[in-house]
Amino acid sequence: MEERKIVVPGETIIQGDEFLPGDGTRREEKDIVACRYGLADLSDRLVRVIPLSGVYVPRRGNVIIGTIVGVTFKGWLVDFGSHQNGFLNVAEVPRYIGKGELRDFLDFGDVVCAKVFSTDGNNIDLSIKLRGFGKVEGGQLIQVNPNKVPRVIGKEGSMVNLIKEATGCDITVGQNGVVWVGSEKIENELAARKIIEFICENSFVAGLTEKVENFIEKEFGKKIKSRDVQPQSEEKEEPMGEVDA
Amino acid sequence: MSMPTLQKRRIIEYIKQGKRFDGRKLDQFRDFEVQLGISENAEGSCSVKLGKTEVYAGVKMSTIEPYPDGPNEGTLSVTLELGAMADNDFDLGAPRIEAVEMARVIDRGIRESGIIDWEKLCIKSGEKVWQISLDIYAVNNDGNLFDVAALAGLIALAHAKFPVYNEKEGKVEHELTNTPLPLKKEKMSFNLTVHKVGDSFVLDPSLEEEEISDYRLGMALADNDGEVRITAMQKGKEGGISESDMESILKLVEDSFKGLHKKVTEMVWK
Amino acid sequence: MAKTESAYKKRSDGRKFDELRPISAKVGVVPSADGSAIYQSGKTRALAVVRGPRILHPKHMENPEKGILRFTYQMMSFSVWDRIKPGTSRRGQEIGKVSEWALNEIVDLDAFPNSVVDVIVQIPQADAGTRVAGLNAAAMALAQAGVPMKEMVSAVAVGKMDRTLVADVDKEEEDFEEGEGATDIPVCLTSRTKKIALLQLDGKISIPELKEAISMAKKACAKINEIQMKALKEPGKEIKG
Repeated sequence: MEERKIVVPGETIIQGDEFLPGDGTRREEKDIVACRYGLADLSDRLVRVIPLSGVYVPRRGNVIIGTIVGVTFKGWLVDFGSHQNGFLNVAEVPRYIGKGELRDFLDFGDVVCAKVFSTDGNNIDLSIKLRGFGKVEGGQLIQVNPNKVPRVIGKEGSMVNLIKEATGCDITVGQNGVVWVGSEKIENELAARKIIEFICENSFVAGLTEKVENFIEKEFGKKIKSRDVQPQSEEKEEPMGEVDA
Repeated sequence: MSMPTLQKRRIIEYIKQGKRFDGRKLDQFRDFEVQLGISENAEGSCSVKLGKTEVYAGVKMSTIEPYPDGPNEGTLSVTLELGAMADNDFDLGAPRIEAVEMARVIDRGIRESGIIDWEKLCIKSGEKVWQISLDIYAVNNDGNLFDVAALAGLIALAHAKFPVYNEKEGKVEHELTNTPLPLKKEKMSFNLTVHKVGDSFVLDPSLEEEEISDYRLGMALADNDGEVRITAMQKGKEGGISESDMESILKLVEDSFKGLHKKVTEMVWK
Repeated sequence: MAKTESAYKKRSDGRKFDELRPISAKVGVVPSADGSAIYQSGKTRALAVVRGPRILHPKHMENPEKGILRFTYQMMSFSVWDRIKPGTSRRGQEIGKVSEWALNEIVDLDAFPNSVVDVIVQIPQADAGTRVAGLNAAAMALAQAGVPMKEMVSAVAVGKMDRTLVADVDKEEEDFEEGEGATDIPVCLTSRTKKIALLQLDGKISIPELKEAISMAKKACAKINEIQMKALKEPGKEIKG
């Protein structure tokens, strides 16, 4: 399939015994049928639907950015925009927190960058034990459609590195569609916001990287080529999960 | 997602510099978009968008017995639905307290402005008068529903026409006349809500700004021979208004009034 | 399909008996929602919004095995000539329930235990066929929201005017009183497996006539489904049919 086309639930994507039904599809005799709204994708013989929309479904290993909305004696409830809140157990924090000290460490309204270390679909358990995870300070959050996160990150982080270079911001992208940008100058953060919005609006256009480079030049007068940007080695921003360029 | 503290801090910091995330000035409104006649079964109706915030409003007329304290006067009833359609935090079911509050403030604004010529709504003194039912629905909440709802209500009223009244049979026909409602254009008052965010005052708040504001002060404003006349006021949320706050707010209102009044007049009466 | 003895010979708007009113469909009309769509048939317009899967309140309604779907149907006060009090009427509750059952036939919420998918339908302008317009809009909104679905659904109100069967009844036809009068038959069909997801009848009908009505509904729903698909493939664009 050269150009990916939008498919609708119940639609036959392709026919043939040689194809395998991947995510978002099912087999019905000779037909591979869409079970979700999205872009049909064929690679090798695997047919799947890349979602264009839909709530973020956390997977083990994902990096998420969320807000503390509850504190119990065992840990914190984290809202990260999914269909359920996540739970950060006191034991999954890199230091000892005594009874009654939870709110001193993380309080209502605080933002955390955490890893999904276990989920059964119903309960989502988070951890901030590893380096690079923990409470997020300063900066601002930008909400994007979680299905567009792979485009914001780019192949091996190429897109997010381009944004960092162009704006001078630190950036962390959560798989849940929450992006944290931080800089001493708020203008830089807003510039990053503008670029991210541009990426999301054009996420399914071919040659996105070039278009973003042109946008950056037009808006901010900076000539930057993605291939010239050195990948930065901050552990914090190696988000896991699918990277689909 | 819930409002994180760091976000609130950033918004306030930026507003302190007189700037907003979407590039607007503190007293700047987003773009308006008005569509008339969204229901052919209404005496008057419209959809109003302010940025991405959208509201529908419609007018229905019926005949009722007048109230004893106004035997020659028609009546007005205003409802506002803040339904689950418009916002993730709006519930299904029972009306939110804010909806009831807002509806009443919009009602008072219209009533006290004197824009409706109540006696021209009289059909038979002491027996029958017209009741104007103005119903407003939130369709998408992206901040400042209050001002948009009030404006949509005004526009629906301004474009409404009387239905045909069959005097012989004493009933309302399923047909519209060409006669607009008895409104005194010059008495029109429009709603303006000021929000205190950090130490600054903001007009037409975004969703985030609205959520973090200390308090809001909603006002209905009319033109009284070039002077601002306030026909309704309502403070909402918990924060307290200091004396200097009040001065700043009133100055902001005075400075913005002419431009806004002109814009609203154009939109309502075109 | 007119029997010579039927009192209903011609439709007032000149349509053929199996002809649908002009359709307009558009996806993505309420930006803050997960999915949204407008479906219009003639003068009847339905606006559907989907929010979810999301946390369910009140908690006692939660299903620990899979997510639930909740359908709210309301007519705006000014959608009809005789003002309807804002809020949900008993009729609205009934429509909400049968619509919920129809959509449950096609959605797959196994991956979202304890969550809810809220489908909210509002009717700003009505000229009969509001519940089926609501379902057509809701199906598009659900798809756009990325809710896992086995297939789509499409719905149409078939009518029987005396002895004549018609597709897509309008208000004037609903009020028809000659002969056997008007019988209203809302039908909702799944797009691929062609199962009946919703079926109601208000009036009187013989068995052969009912079979004919369902067959008429099948053809109409196939046409409607085509338009729903076009609207989904071009979100933000108004599709006419």
